[in-house]
Amino acid sequence: MQQQVDAEKRQVLRSPRTSGAKRTGAQLIWEMLTREGVQTVFGYPGGAIMPAYDALPGYPIQHVLVRHEQGAAHMADGYARASGKVGVAIATSGPGATNLVTGIATAMMDSSPIVCITGQVSSAAIGSDAFQETDITGVTLPVTKHNYLVTSAQEIGPTLREAFHIARSGRPGPVLVDITKDAQQLTAELESDPGELRAPNRSVHGSGWRDLQRAIDLINTAERPIILAGHGILKAEASQLLIEFAERTGIPVASTLLGLGGFPATHPLSLGMMGMHGEAWVNSAIQEADLLIALGMRFDDRVTGKVATYALNAKKIHVEIDPSEINKNVKVDVALIMDVRAALEELFGHSERRDRQAWHDHIAMMKGDSAVRDILSLPENGRLFAAHVVHDLWRLTEGNALVVTDVGQHQMWEAQYYKHDHPRKLITSGGLGTMGFALPAAIGARFAKPDDEIWVIVGDGGFQMTACELSTCAQEGLKLNVAIINNGYLGMVRQWQQFFYGGRYVATPLKNPDFVMLAQAHGLTGLRVTRREEVAEAVARARAEPGTVVIDFRVEQEDSVYPMVPANADLHDMIRRPNPLVETAGDS
Amino acid sequence: MTHALPFRTFIADVEDRPGTLNRVVSLFRRRNFNIESLSVGRTERTGVSRVTVVVRADEDTARRIEANLYKLVNVLRVQDVTHTATVVRELAFIKVKVGHERRGEVLKLCELFRARVVDLHPASLTIEITGAQEKVHRLIEVLRPFGILELLRTGAVAMTRGSDEQGAEQREIMPEEHSDGIAA
Repeated sequence: MQQQVDAEKRQVLRSPRTSGAKRTGAQLIWEMLTREGVQTVFGYPGGAIMPAYDALPGYPIQHVLVRHEQGAAHMADGYARASGKVGVAIATSGPGATNLVTGIATAMMDSSPIVCITGQVSSAAIGSDAFQETDITGVTLPVTKHNYLVTSAQEIGPTLREAFHIARSGRPGPVLVDITKDAQQLTAELESDPGELRAPNRSVHGSGWRDLQRAIDLINTAERPIILAGHGILKAEASQLLIEFAERTGIPVASTLLGLGGFPATHPLSLGMMGMHGEAWVNSAIQEADLLIALGMRFDDRVTGKVATYALNAKKIHVEIDPSEINKNVKVDVALIMDVRAALEELFGHSERRDRQAWHDHIAMMKGDSAVRDILSLPENGRLFAAHVVHDLWRLTEGNALVVTDVGQHQMWEAQYYKHDHPRKLITSGGLGTMGFALPAAIGARFAKPDDEIWVIVGDGGFQMTACELSTCAQEGLKLNVAIINNGYLGMVRQWQQFFYGGRYVATPLKNPDFVMLAQAHGLTGLRVTRREEVAEAVARARAEPGTVVIDFRVEQEDSVYPMVPANADLHDMIRRPNPLVETAGDS
Repeated sequence: MTHALPFRTFIADVEDRPGTLNRVVSLFRRRNFNIESLSVGRTERTGVSRVTVVVRADEDTARRIEANLYKLVNVLRVQDVTHTATVVRELAFIKVKVGHERRGEVLKLCELFRARVVDLHPASLTIEITGAQEKVHRLIEVLRPFGILELLRTGAVAMTRGSDEQGAEQREIMPEEHSDGIAA
């Protein structure tokens, strides 16, 4: 790593631009991005950022022109999640900057490292309500890990260097750097001897040997333990270690939505997803467990259900890099404030080899009693359910696609029916639940993973929030496969209206455009699927096309996601699929 | 409900930069931690300010407040001094409605509390008091029957007693101050 950085530094120092001469602030921006190894930025120009754009052609950085700045932030986020590197978005002042906010908040909630660079009006005009002036550092203060207002050219270098460091260190997150127009235009020298970087997340909290010993004792003496694997497994690149730990200790693994893929879904110890739309037997097992080992997750309300009745029989070990998460939602017995990988390395060496067969048998028994996968055993009468689409996609892509989902019913069906065996193969907006995330995030992922097969699975509602980015796909000549799960409703809200609001479908039916024609209008291929037997052919066609393909899957309109823990209900108190014709009790 | 919780006092050394106080305050607002008092000012180190913040919080919340403060890049050091030996002082101005006939009583109370009269008017007296919050609170309570026209409290500032292990080398050690009257 260090060698790579040194090599990059030498390369930059050799180039004529960096021979000690003064540079404009605009040049310094790209110089610093180049030093940080940035190859692609996602952005949209405008008045206050024009000096930076004008300097771009001299640098080896590809700029992707988005159609709305929200897309730029999501693309940077998708890039970061697919690659593990820092994603970069760039926008102008005022509306350009505020349009980034949804994407920044999304990255904040899911701990995704992005750096957003915005133009700002000239320093002399700040505070005067100048044209396109917004206090974007004020606006984004609560949704960034840190942000900066830069008003001089000489600050640009050190600030950007620190911004990248903060974005990717500790618990990663978004950093915004707001740079005034005059700072971009004035000149400064490139810092030749960068000083020490400040380390964020300094804390007096730490976990010592005593905490580790207590955790090890709990693990070795537990009879009914469960590992709760979160996003931290992916962030810490700890998947392989988790597999080894689970196999050694015989402890089954349940995943959060963002943790999916961190432990192979097809592994015998995998329980699948927990929580609101998790498997019923998994939630029941959590409620019966005597030990929960929470790895890089934060006991979100979608995971716990009602906290007062959550896993009352279980001791809890919380491995978490961010000390502010400890005892936030759920009180724990042992907190290991450290990187998940470091914790697993310690725990692995001291945990006893166990098989815990009785516990596995008990869980298997509960599973047999359950019927989550029932929909897959539907008679082949041609009716198209979203679960069919996702299941067939999983089968046809052999579980190897990088899937990017949006938010809502399709997102839960994807999590239930697409079995992810590898990390960073599912990208989805978990914490903020941002509709419109999927298409732009997939574009970002495309630049991070040029060779992966990428499928966007998106609802008809969410797709229309950022459908303009189809133009970006067309302009950049990108290959994506977009599966619209089209049920003509804002499905998840409709489902809640059905369950909790007396079936009054207020503002949820959608009159949609013709998505096939919409794709064609962008010069892309559009396909429509209305019956189960057409799925495989459409998927095959999409995979064969060189460009982006949009498939309009017309699915069952009023299907719901089962099982479901109603908001703030006990985790084991789930709404189950009511229709006995549909509920066939088989797990295919 | 929050009133049942004990007071906790934190001192935070922060970088003296535009927006730092905003970040600290925004954190308390966003996380729904209720600020009882907050004061900020320069320190012996250039570019470093000291924030003293008093909140009502249980032990777990106090730990999270500390951890959240540390997540702010501009925060250099945080101490929960609730259970540490500290000097805690607050300043208050109390304008009391009192004419010449009962002025003597008020002045007597001021003497007892080592408070100072900073403004005298035929119909009012303005008193300055410096002390621990409890002492300030008690003076206010004994003055309340006279009629308080105006009241202003700065909020507590706190400093640990003795030589501080983590920053002692940079700091001048001042002699322990003399007794500060009742309830100090």
